Amino acid sequence: MSGSCGRIPPPFPDNEDQEAESDTRVLDSDEDDDDEGEDIFTGARSNPITPTSAPDEGDIFSEEGSYIRSDVHHATNGLHPDEEELDLFTEATVELTLTNTTSQGRREIIGPTASACNTTQVPNSILKPSIVTKTTEELEEEESGDQFELNIAVTNPEKIGDGMNAYMSYKVSTQTTLPMFLNKTFSVRRRFSDFLGLYEKISAKHSLLGCIIPPPPQKSVVGMTKVKVGKEDSSSAEFVEKRRAALERYLQRVVAHPSLLQDPDVREFLERDELPRAVNTQTLSGPGLLKMINRASDAVNKMTIKMNESDNWFESKLQEVENEEQLLRRLHAAVDSLVNHRKELCSNTAVFSKSVAMLGSVEENSALSRALSQLAEVEDKMEQLHQQQAFSDFFILAELLADYIRLLGAVRCCFEQRMKVWQRLQEAQSTLQKKREAEAKLLWANKPEKLQQAKDDINEWESKVSQYERDFERVTCTVRKEVLRFEKEKARDFKQHIVKYLESLLHTQHRLVKCWEAFLPEAKAIA
Amino acid sequence: PHPRCFQESGSWFLTTTPLVRSVSVDLNNDASLVIDIPDALCERDKVKFTVHTKTTLSSFQKPEFSVPRQHEEFIWLHDTIVETEEYAGLIIPPAPPKPDFEGPREKMHKLGEGESSMTKEEYAKMKQELEAEYLAVFKKTVQVHEVFLQRLSSHPIFRKDRNFQIFLEYDQDLSVRRKNAKEMFGGFFKNMVKSADEVLISGVKEVDEFFEQEKTFLLDYSSKIKDASAKAEKMTRSHKNVADDYNHISGALNSTAADNNTAFKKHLEKYAEVFEKLRKLEDRVASDQELKLTELLRYYTRDIQAAKDLLYRRARALADNENSNKALDKARLKGKDIAQAEENQKQCLQKFDKLSESGKKELTSFKARRVVAFRKNLIEMTELEIKHAKVRRLKCCVYHYMFTRQCSGSHGKPGNMREF
Repeated sequence: MSGSCGRIPPPFPDNEDQEAESDTRVLDSDEDDDDEGEDIFTGARSNPITPTSAPDEGDIFSEEGSYIRSDVHHATNGLHPDEEELDLFTEATVELTLTNTTSQGRREIIGPTASACNTTQVPNSILKPSIVTKTTEELEEEESGDQFELNIAVTNPEKIGDGMNAYMSYKVSTQTTLPMFLNKTFSVRRRFSDFLGLYEKISAKHSLLGCIIPPPPQKSVVGMTKVKVGKEDSSSAEFVEKRRAALERYLQRVVAHPSLLQDPDVREFLERDELPRAVNTQTLSGPGLLKMINRASDAVNKMTIKMNESDNWFESKLQEVENEEQLLRRLHAAVDSLVNHRKELCSNTAVFSKSVAMLGSVEENSALSRALSQLAEVEDKMEQLHQQQAFSDFFILAELLADYIRLLGAVRCCFEQRMKVWQRLQEAQSTLQKKREAEAKLLWANKPEKLQQAKDDINEWESKVSQYERDFERVTCTVRKEVLRFEKEKARDFKQHIVKYLESLLHTQHRLVKCWEAFLPEAKAIA
Repeated sequence: PHPRCFQESGSWFLTTTPLVRSVSVDLNNDASLVIDIPDALCERDKVKFTVHTKTTLSSFQKPEFSVPRQHEEFIWLHDTIVETEEYAGLIIPPAPPKPDFEGPREKMHKLGEGESSMTKEEYAKMKQELEAEYLAVFKKTVQVHEVFLQRLSSHPIFRKDRNFQIFLEYDQDLSVRRKNAKEMFGGFFKNMVKSADEVLISGVKEVDEFFEQEKTFLLDYSSKIKDASAKAEKMTRSHKNVADDYNHISGALNSTAADNNTAFKKHLEKYAEVFEKLRKLEDRVASDQELKLTELLRYYTRDIQAAKDLLYRRARALADNENSNKALDKARLKGKDIAQAEENQKQCLQKFDKLSESGKKELTSFKARRVVAFRKNLIEMTELEIKHAKVRRLKCCVYHYMFTRQCSGSHGKPGNMREF
């Protein structure tokens, strides 16, 4: 952020003690914040700043103390630093409202070799699968390959048709430097069922390999019906915006996945002018998908007990995923409540504003009367700010959480997939065993004519077993990689969203300050 | 130094500072009699206010003293003043409302019940929140009781009231606790009379231009300010709900199981801090708004009512006056009891004139007082809003900088929004 800030961070002060004091003074001068000393602002003051090139997932937030100091120093230099920052942030938020932009701008593209896991050997052991030889770090390094750019936006929702056959059509725009696309900039129009169709195709191909397939946005009969019927109110506008944003995020996640991006169906979706109408999409969204995911987790739970693995990684990971899902659900409920209360605050403020205006109109003292009507106007502006903040609360926080709750479900599906493959291997191994026993019986019973058949069978099953072993290795490797990639993505996603949320708050607070500062002289003018 | 509130064996003790005060004007500018409530103690249901007086008046025994008083004693004082005939031409400062600790008390109950099922951190956090809530209610109730006394002390006539002096000085229990039923009945009766007031005030034919205008103004203003006060309350409550939600978010972020030690969890804990800060700031906004704006409106709703009560008393005196005139005419006609009727008429006229004269003065100073109070509180509220918004802005800035510092390099820049 310091790069794109447009300002250079102030030079790191030499006298650390002096700075520490001013830091405390500034923070403590706000008499309300009496626990400044106890939180992240203190501590680690003497640590020198060493900017790292890649985020260290373990400890991104070290060395805060020193940075805060510089920033506080900067921010207290009167209005100007604020203006600088806020020009940026104002700019940023203007962009946010004008366009449906992507925040996950750059996508990493891994070369085709890395998408398959290169295990060195496939030991022909029957009982235990081998442990993946690559370490976590090596897998991570594979990730940061060459970078190409691909930005996607979903915009311009348009209602096509009338009545119950109507549908919303969205513009899907792509901007890319990737050579596999025909153009650098192009756009197509798609409808919701097209997105579901894309999911179906992707899922059919890639879920067997153990990939985490991003789930599409949920279907909503109620929401869509309102739009179809032509209800031009704020709730259907909200619904369309919610749907549009969700579709955009969905596509962004799809293309963020290195293997999926290579998929011709994805390319076709982005590029091709006319797409054949997707059918059978009813099962793929909403409750149908949820049911599938829940069945998957049950199956996984059952199978975990049977599986005898020396590598605990998968079992503990699955537990983590489940715990996290619970946490996110709880968070989502709290954020939902926040959104609703913010909306309530918004309407209560509007009502109050009118009431104050009425009071002002009755007030006999003219200066007070004027001040009261000004207050009413300020409260009106407050209402707008609360409205915007509710919007941010929802789109930045609530939707993020909702997305990840579903994504975690997809992760569980992925684990189930691996279970299936393992089960298939087990069955093949036991079949092979049976064939061998059958051969032994034949040898003993001395029936040469059937022996050849038995030997053929054994060969067949031996090759199947080794094939399934390789499959299992591959799936295991893929799932591991997928989970790591997902975790990194998730951490980054959350951080980006928190940052965006802070930006939205910043913006709101700035406007708040301006509003009240404008009102202050009015209040003082009362005589 | 700011208000501290801590618990000692089931009771809560509040120490306030002069900063946290006065819905009305600075009523303490006359050094001959200075009253304040420096602290209060809450034991179960009862609140004991420490009423502290500093005076140069010889009518008091000592130059400085304090007495403990409960809410009921304030009400007693108010009622005796209302019932004093001499003060009919004055605006009686409205009685302070009963301290309402229902909200925090409920929370305390929940805390006690849930203690076993909470972690130590959760319990400590809830206790902290509980303290903050108690503090907020305390501030409000102390303010309102203090202002009541200060209105009396700054008024040239009330300050000399004997009961007022007893209230301030007498260091024993005043033993004025009424029975609940009587209190309730009294209240009901008062309300019944109040609606009759409205009718009477609007019905009486007004001869005086000043009072005619006042009547119109007060009736209109009264309904509007009541409305504004109610709407302000709702708005403040919404702010508190938002703060509460931030609290739940922060709690959820902190709640991952102790053994689940992922890197992601560490991030979540950092985010929890952000939301905790947001909660605190939202809380402050809500309580400052309540103190300065909502309480202001509430107070003046009551004060307007006191002014209307004065109008009512005068209207009744006017009616009495007119009736006495009629009686005198009748007596003269009949030729009986003329002297008595004349005396009665003279007294009624005197009373009416006195009420009109003092009423005019009171209502005029009420206007001025109201304007000054609004000015003061609106300025203070605005300054607080600006301050809180600036702090929030700064905090967001700081967190933002912190979180984005490491996002340079290969993984794209947040805030780098590309347009097509």
